[in-house]
Amino acid sequence: MDIDTLLAYQWSSMMPEFTILVTAVALSLIDLFMDKKRDRSILVWLAIVGIALAIVFLIFQFDNGVVTILNQTYRLDSFAKAFKLLMLIGTGFVMLLGLKTNDLSEVKGEYHYLLLTGLLGGMMMASSADLITLFVGLELLSLSSYVLVGIRKKDKLANEAAFKYVVNGGIATAITLFGMSYLFGLTGETNIYEIQALMGSEVVTENRYLAVFAFLMIFVGLAFKITAAPFHMWAPDVYQGAETPITAYLSVVSKIAGFAITLRLLMVPFVFAPGTGKVITPEGISYETLLVSVRPYLVLLAILTILIGNVMALRQLNAKRLLAYSSIAHAGYLLVPLAALSELVFDAVWFYLAAYLLMNLGAFAVIHALTENDEEVTVASFAGLFQRAPYVTIAMTIYLLSLAGIPLTAGFIGKFEIFMSALGTEPKRYFLVVAMLAGTVLSYVYYFGLFIQMYFRPSQTKRPVLASNGIVTVLAITAAGTVLLGVFPSIALSFIHDHFQFLEVFNP
Amino acid sequence: MDESYLLTILIFSPLLGVIVLAMMPPQHQSIKTVGILGTVLPLTLTIFVFSLYDRTVSGVQFAETHQWFELMTAISPNEPYPVTYDLGVTGLSLLFLMLSSLITFLASLAALRIQEGVKGFYILFLILELGILGVFSSENLFLFFLFFEITLVAMFLLVGKWGGYEREKAAFSFLVYNGIGSILLLIVIIVLFVETRTTNISELTSLLQETESYEIISGNTRMWLFALLLLAFGTKLPIVPLHTWMVRVHVEAPIAIVMIHAGVLLKIGAYGLIRFGAGFFPEQLKETAVLLAILGVINLLYGAFIALVQTELRAVLAYSSISHMGIVILGVASFNTAGLQGAVFQTISHGLIAALLFLLVGVLIDRFHTTKLGELGGIASQTPLFAGFFLAAGLASLGLPGMSGFISEFLAFLGLFETMPVIGSIGVIGLILTAVYMLRAVLAVTFGERRPAFDKERDLSAVELVPSAILLSMIIWIGVYPAVLSNTLQIARTLGIGG
Repeated sequence: MDIDTLLAYQWSSMMPEFTILVTAVALSLIDLFMDKKRDRSILVWLAIVGIALAIVFLIFQFDNGVVTILNQTYRLDSFAKAFKLLMLIGTGFVMLLGLKTNDLSEVKGEYHYLLLTGLLGGMMMASSADLITLFVGLELLSLSSYVLVGIRKKDKLANEAAFKYVVNGGIATAITLFGMSYLFGLTGETNIYEIQALMGSEVVTENRYLAVFAFLMIFVGLAFKITAAPFHMWAPDVYQGAETPITAYLSVVSKIAGFAITLRLLMVPFVFAPGTGKVITPEGISYETLLVSVRPYLVLLAILTILIGNVMALRQLNAKRLLAYSSIAHAGYLLVPLAALSELVFDAVWFYLAAYLLMNLGAFAVIHALTENDEEVTVASFAGLFQRAPYVTIAMTIYLLSLAGIPLTAGFIGKFEIFMSALGTEPKRYFLVVAMLAGTVLSYVYYFGLFIQMYFRPSQTKRPVLASNGIVTVLAITAAGTVLLGVFPSIALSFIHDHFQFLEVFNP
Repeated sequence: MDESYLLTILIFSPLLGVIVLAMMPPQHQSIKTVGILGTVLPLTLTIFVFSLYDRTVSGVQFAETHQWFELMTAISPNEPYPVTYDLGVTGLSLLFLMLSSLITFLASLAALRIQEGVKGFYILFLILELGILGVFSSENLFLFFLFFEITLVAMFLLVGKWGGYEREKAAFSFLVYNGIGSILLLIVIIVLFVETRTTNISELTSLLQETESYEIISGNTRMWLFALLLLAFGTKLPIVPLHTWMVRVHVEAPIAIVMIHAGVLLKIGAYGLIRFGAGFFPEQLKETAVLLAILGVINLLYGAFIALVQTELRAVLAYSSISHMGIVILGVASFNTAGLQGAVFQTISHGLIAALLFLLVGVLIDRFHTTKLGELGGIASQTPLFAGFFLAAGLASLGLPGMSGFISEFLAFLGLFETMPVIGSIGVIGLILTAVYMLRAVLAVTFGERRPAFDKERDLSAVELVPSAILLSMIIWIGVYPAVLSNTLQIARTLGIGG
């Protein structure tokens, strides 16, 4: 590859990534040369400017067609843009949450640029068309997250969380890589579109069980990332041990990245792959597609995730653990369109993730605001919150209603689309619907249990809740957004329709 | 005049009260006045709509339609699923609207005795009214569900915060039972939406009654959907054995909320069963009519028998509500004009009677601080007005001719005897039981030995007398002149069934 080839690439398609990269490098240098005693909040502002700039660049790319560069390893299509947008916004919110928090005092600037490198990894994952770049992106995000979880070096819980996260995460990545190696072995290619083209070949058809095995291995590894059962065990401990903004980051940004890679990696290479079941057609015997063959497993995992998440959340007393299990349950809902293989899959997942971004980040922001008073935020810390901080309580009410899927909130529209995706397929996925139904009713109990605390119970303390400007900003935007997407969902729905042609993801 | 926004204004009129209340300081002395005035506005508007309604024309009136949003799929972007904002009233929903506005207004008067957190109470109360008005004005299933959930959240908070000793438990069982019901309803809505690409109620009613529509939705699926609807609205109604939550709410919730709950909210179940169950799936209803009738008889007898042995007045009334809802189910099961009319009459009549009874129970609690039958008695001489109204309400409830209860039971059984005489004959036993437990409860409170401890208690005050008198005169009016309902109702035309 000579210099002309390199220059011929449309580098502009990577502008959002470059912006984040440059910002991260600049932040680390500034942090390095800055006086150790100086206030680090300038770094947050720089990071936010960088993210905002990246979003602007991304918006300029919206209506471009598919661009692939670097030997088709990097590709900018609607799918990538849609998920990058969510990740950028999510990281921006997390940055705001970290502004002037007391608990991060032992932490210096690294917090900020590690968030950015993680984001960069996520963005690479969303845009990768090659197993190698996918894996590199995945590792970049994972490594940044491991460090972030353990960033409070002297905190026991944080240490334990970081250790669990590294060990479990390492195993999961190894399993994914193992699965990928089978894909490479079967086809001799690492580009997922090349693999897609070769999947129908005779070699693969003869070794179709290996393809299924590869699929399941990759899925197991990715299930860890998106906290799908039974690979969800790390989540409550890690969420509890990590600093609240980082928990929010893991539960939102990292999960969005996880779903981006899951959808692309599972849908693209395997879309034409032969499955195990035989189908008799007029032309002779052929095989059903792999996605159809493995569907029972996906359905089972989705159901398990929904039920485990919701049942375990019922008994949680620690607010962060409660949200961790609720976040597992939401991962289960998000798996439903995938398991149902519905035509709504991309739209439903994207919209639900957008809604989830708003409501979950908001809920974590409220917990973060409470953390400034209490050492540990329990369900009982919410007692009498309405008397202490009425506006924070109203914001929390909106998030909880949205998480529970009550109409006029973004969460309801998201759930509605997911229900439609499960009932709009032929045959209808009643099992998934029943599981979601049971999960939703169970979730009423713990979400509304928080209402009981906030509105009915007397407060233990009269201390007002001191929310920093950053938290207030996040609360205002996410609460308004949750209601806005619930009352006028067409804003997001026609935005998807006008700018994102999700089917591009299948075209090499 | 332009009527195109009339229903929107009506539904959202309680918001005016909410906004005013939200801006007032919590301890302001005129909060209660504003709260009551907040319910007067929707009542006035409902009467206005009622007077404008053209009884000679069938079909949906005051219709409003706006595009809301579309769900588009990536794979077939040219065939969106449109969700619209459709409002409109038929004779059936108009009656329920009228009932809701009236009872909410009267309940807001009964809420005067709320002492703590008055501001929050009236705000939620008005939001609850918004939800109820929305439920009965929706011409779209999506919208219906939305308003239905608003009532769910508002009720949860109202029961959980201002209820009796076990209020949180009552609030949770309300939430869980009704939550399950509402999600089952959501499934029905989504299946219909996916298959027909519309959630407009009138469109669906006419579409599903065409024989060609069986190609879209098979008879088997319809039976499932009908069963889900029956479960969803049966929980709300409630059909035994889905009734436990309802007894808890009746016993624990504040009186004003019980008035609304017994008077209006339970009627959403009946409304849904008639409008959607009978309207969308008439064939399935006919197939399951016998089963439904048996369920109705069970409700009627079970409620009556349990009511017989209760020692607490609120529990007696709770089980009496269950028993009376049995008659609604019987009316629906008979599926002819008389039966369906009877069912609707019974819901309206029971709404008024239950509201009156609980209004008076509120007075009892206020004056005598107990609702235990054993601790009451002989108050007829101390509070004669109260005793008179209480006896009248009891008589209305047991179906004395000349009152609304009689005409409802008469019509429902008339319809039932036409199709299922055997079940009808068994059901009649329930009416006798009703007389027994009702008289037992009423007499235990009013007659008997005079208790000196109660000597100082006042009789009904003006603010209690006026609502009682209004309710009682409505009950008698309907009893003597039932055409006031049937003229508006036109049940056959609403559902598009012959007869």
